[in-house]
Amino acid sequence: MKSFRVSVHIVPRKGLLDPQGKAVADALHTLGFQAVGDVHVGRHLRIDTTATDAAAAEASVREMCARLLANPVTEDFEIAGVTAT
Amino acid sequence: MKFGIVSFPGSNCDDDAVFAATETLGQPAVKLWHKSHDLQGSDVIILPGGFSYGDYLRAGAIARFSPIMREVAAHAERGGPVIGICNGFQIACEAGLLPGALMRNAGLQFLSMPVTIRVEHTGTHWTSQCHEGQRLTMPIAHGEGRYTVDAATLERVEGEGLVVFRYVDANGEPTEEANVNGSLDNIAGVRNAAGNVVGLMPHPERALDPLLGSADGRVLFESVLATVHA
Repeated sequence: MKSFRVSVHIVPRKGLLDPQGKAVADALHTLGFQAVGDVHVGRHLRIDTTATDAAAAEASVREMCARLLANPVTEDFEIAGVTAT
Repeated sequence: MKFGIVSFPGSNCDDDAVFAATETLGQPAVKLWHKSHDLQGSDVIILPGGFSYGDYLRAGAIARFSPIMREVAAHAERGGPVIGICNGFQIACEAGLLPGALMRNAGLQFLSMPVTIRVEHTGTHWTSQCHEGQRLTMPIAHGEGRYTVDAATLERVEGEGLVVFRYVDANGEPTEEANVNGSLDNIAGVRNAAGNVVGLMPHPERALDPLLGSADGRVLFESVLATVHA
């Protein structure tokens, strides 16, 4: 088994009202960042795990997302990176 | 009829739920620690309000994996009555006992205030003594109460009459203004298909005595008593 660090982004599902993201976007506009469009606030998780290879580590984290880390009704997730550690 | 009230680390309305069962209904009640595997012969299960596991990850997300939840799900599967109040509603949704999810309030603020809800369905264990269209005033106290489902599920929830309560104004209308947390279709509470499991954001256990502003919550507990005894 090898060691991997897997990074996951979990964000509100597209199309759902994201009041937190909107509040942040409004604040950025107030600061003068007029170029800012939509902002979405999510979570970033860094998971240290062991697996036979990178693909297996990613598959395992995908299952973690489906079962616990992301709510299938309201959130989407994407694997942001898998690195050997 | 014995009430079992589940205590998770961070639950803070469990004693109010015990009070509802014992003082208001005169029924025995037992607190069930979340690590237990034993419902101790409870006929009715209450998942109380609070901040189980500090709302870490998402409200209710971790609590659903507590050992006792397996027994609660089996109890629900057998047709046993279960109510999820506030955080308990979030837990019931996370556990798949009820459809949907509860998201951050549209206005971002934690809301602690009385609201009026309308009874949409009386065929549940928890609303059998209500009449359809009945208005109930109860407090809410939540930051994440915006009921959300995907479009296909919403169609099923509305089509099959799974909506039990809606936020309404003084005239009983589900207006945008009355929809304090921005829930889809003003939904304040839903049921499962069988009607034995109900979840809602408002707190019936905090509305048991006119001294506290409202006694409208009593009818939910009286309903479950009447349904189980029937």
